[in-house]
Amino acid sequence: MKTLKELEEIRQRTLDRVNQRKDRTTTRIVVGMATCGIAAGARPVLLAIMEEVEKLGLTDVTVAQTGCIGLCKVEPIVEVFKPGEEKVTYVKMDAEKARRIVREHVKEGKVVEEYTLHVVQGKILNDFKAENE
Amino acid sequence: MREISLHIMDIVENSINADATLIEIEIKENINDNLLTVKIKDNGKGIPKDMLQSITDPFVTSRTTRKVGLGLSLFEATCRACNGFLKVSSEVSKGTEVVAVMQHDHIDRPPMGRIEETIVSCLLNPKIDFVYTHNINGKLFSIDTREIKKF
Repeated sequence: MKTLKELEEIRQRTLDRVNQRKDRTTTRIVVGMATCGIAAGARPVLLAIMEEVEKLGLTDVTVAQTGCIGLCKVEPIVEVFKPGEEKVTYVKMDAEKARRIVREHVKEGKVVEEYTLHVVQGKILNDFKAENE
Repeated sequence: MREISLHIMDIVENSINADATLIEIEIKENINDNLLTVKIKDNGKGIPKDMLQSITDPFVTSRTTRKVGLGLSLFEATCRACNGFLKVSSEVSKGTEVVAVMQHDHIDRPPMGRIEETIVSCLLNPKIDFVYTHNINGKLFSIDTREIKKF
């Protein structure tokens, strides 16, 4: 069991993070958590993201859940909103891929191209190679 | 869904979308009665009467992205496969209660799974209070976020 002092510290830290949410200068990571997402394994993805954010000590990042994004067949979906940049949609996520996104995209600013959503000739694909061919 | 805890997460997501500020999750496992009961109660906007009758129909949903809603339908299918039932009661602007009952030792009953992960992901919503009680053969665990926020 945590002591009151520890709880107070956690509360303060969380408050700081929540307050930052208002000015929208922080990065938002959103995980699709409707029936489709949950069934496809969104929960371990969400928890992996939370863990990695914590581990890397990223304080200007908020992790949130959302409903169905509308592309159930490529769930679990993770969206990354960086201030001043275009939204990046990652598809068919798992815990390991999600950790990589936090490390490479959120922390270092390099989009992990191979996991992003690709539209080729009007069809939604997540096959990075198909687009390059 | 592979785990009951995933079903719970799914139903809780409904409550969140219904603008609930308090969500109560109660799980009762009793081997003597051979029953597993899951109750999820919220104070959200509720379900209108005409919709409530057909709420577990997969083609009934309040979402606008698509005409299919599978959350309650899937949970009901799981309950029925395990000799149980799912009951949804609701009153507009008061809230909704979902009760799922299953035969505890039924061979098709999914495992409870990582319920702690479900609870942790619930806590990502700082504006919503959660009460989680888990009773296993009379042994009780409970957490109430309103108590934690007092400190």
